Amino acid sequence: MGVRSSLAVLAGTAASQSSRLLRRGSGEVIGGRIALELQPGLLAELAADRVVACVSGTNGKTTTTRLLVAALATRGPVASNAGGANMPEGHVVALSGVPRDRPAVLEVDEVYLPQVVAAVAPRTIVLLNLSRDQLDRMAETRRIVAAWRAMLVGATERPVVIANADDPLVTWAAMPAGRVVWVGAGLAWRSDAAICPSCGGLLTFAAESWACEECPLRRPEPEVALRDGEIDVRGERLPVELALPGRANRGNAALATAAADVLGIAPADALAAMRAVTGVGGRYAVHRRPEATYRLFLAKNPAGWVEIFDMLAEADRPLVLAINARTADGRDTSWLWDVPFEKLRGRHVVVTGERGADLALRLAYAEVDHELVPGTDAALRTAKRRRDQHPAAGADDPDLDVVANYTAFQALRGTVAPVSGHQ
Amino acid sequence: MSDSSVAIALLYPELLGTYGDNGNATVLAQRLRWRGIAAEVVTVAPRAPLPTGEIYLLGGGEDDPQRHVARDLAEGGRLTAAVEGGAVVLAVCAGLQVLGRSFATGEGRYAEGVGLLDIETGRPPRDQQHKRAVGEAVVEPRRSLNLPMLVGFENHGGLTTLRGHALPLGTVRVGIGNGTADRAEGVISGHVVGTYLHGPVLALNPALADMLLGWVVGELPPLPDDTVDAAAERVKAIRLEAAGLTTLGM
Ligand SMILES: [Zn+2]
Repeated sequence: MGVRSSLAVLAGTAASQSSRLLRRGSGEVIGGRIALELQPGLLAELAADRVVACVSGTNGKTTTTRLLVAALATRGPVASNAGGANMPEGHVVALSGVPRDRPAVLEVDEVYLPQVVAAVAPRTIVLLNLSRDQLDRMAETRRIVAAWRAMLVGATERPVVIANADDPLVTWAAMPAGRVVWVGAGLAWRSDAAICPSCGGLLTFAAESWACEECPLRRPEPEVALRDGEIDVRGERLPVELALPGRANRGNAALATAAADVLGIAPADALAAMRAVTGVGGRYAVHRRPEATYRLFLAKNPAGWVEIFDMLAEADRPLVLAINARTADGRDTSWLWDVPFEKLRGRHVVVTGERGADLALRLAYAEVDHELVPGTDAALRTAKRRRDQHPAAGADDPDLDVVANYTAFQALRGTVAPVSGHQ
Repeated sequence: MSDSSVAIALLYPELLGTYGDNGNATVLAQRLRWRGIAAEVVTVAPRAPLPTGEIYLLGGGEDDPQRHVARDLAEGGRLTAAVEGGAVVLAVCAGLQVLGRSFATGEGRYAEGVGLLDIETGRPPRDQQHKRAVGEAVVEPRRSLNLPMLVGFENHGGLTTLRGHALPLGTVRVGIGNGTADRAEGVISGHVVGTYLHGPVLALNPALADMLLGWVVGELPPLPDDTVDAAAERVKAIRLEAAGLTTLGM
């Protein structure tokens, strides 16, 4: 590393630390930004001669990154942007000061993926899924598909791409890669995949298959697939026993297993190591406040909500749903009507958040028993009172399940620490 | 489909379901059921034949899906025939554009619409194209409809011009609407209603929902309880405030 880069890393690290001391939130981002401004080629330099895996997609990238880190950590320390800062600034911080012989797993924002791949020349790229986020809707999703595809057409390092064969948009993007490991990881949300990304024709779906009516694009035969709660790796069937809930996370584990395999970790060893992952950036973890203890879920878009309904079905705790509509959430709340809240019939829901009223209207039409309680603390107290009337089976169980969209989630995790060692 | 049940045909939700507009079907069906009137939502897949229904719903979507919808609906003129037979249609955003004579699909290209509405949708002039209409909208409905102020969220890049017998649904107080100089929003022609408002529009504006239902079943009894309309009022107040208006003067 040149003097200029070393100084850039030093300056960035100092800025990260002072930013943390000042409690200005994510020190990673500020430090990385300063370092990149001082030396734009820094990310490429930090990644040179290093085994790097990139993980990207609309939903599940933080979790999949953590699962892959757990698998690689069976061979020693792994560099990763564990704080969720998934743009180049965060990657610079993740790699700074970590010896080159240590591998790195980078969670990468979908839009930044081509730029980051060009800089770090990853050994493998994991492509999870693509659907609309609140903010950008479909036009942006289509631009990302095209950019990913162009990235793989032009990739000189020919990375091994691990791609979700159940997602037509991911499939179309991954096809030009020199080597693709197709993974049948499932797709909870098909509503953004009605139109063929290749020709604009109609796609038709059946169980474990999809195909375009008008061109040859269809689901590739997967090498690795999630089936009946097991992961089938080229005929070898391995049980998936995660601490994380839900089918979506088992699909993430299938993709992480395939990536670990490419990097030399046997699938059985990788899966065993993934069991140790309990909470991911506050998600799924149990949080504690004076008002109540609760398992916290992040749902940023309709696809995410559908995945979480599946996880909520595993318990029957009082439920708090928190909805904001700030810029980071998307100002338009009409997406609430794309989510099948009817699935919550039979449960009592406490609704809160700045736009709780919009959700209350949705739940009224869905005939879900609910009450609107402005203020997060008051909502937690209300739900806890209900819990106290119907004490749960296990004393160690959290009182509540709480699902929140992006900025509401940040508020709910901000002041709490996950309960350590909770199972 | 039983004779006494009101059939609500939700057209191509996979193609036109991008902005929550499928919720309009839920709203209409529930507002009938709660009044003791049987209702059935029939979801129509692309390429499937158009079923017989009293109400047809179209939502918002993108250019490519829009093309498939226009082709399917134009086939055999079935939607036109249904409307001539008295069916009610609510079309939102891309759905509204598809029902017109033609609509813009991309840089300088146009596609033929169903021709049910005497409207044409192009793109705004080049120097204004960066101004995609995105945000809370408030619409004063045309007086003859006797409806309260309408609220919703618009998100489109179209410029819709009304011709002949097509009348605007209302006038924008806040927002862009059709994008024409007269500040028109949406269109109404007989029992065919088009609007750019998402939300979904019928959830946020229950009086508009009941107007459509009244066209089908005649005079409606009141809802057995006011929970849902009170919830809509709360949301409407938030929208009006977000749009810089208060409920005063409503
Ligand atoms: Zn095709």
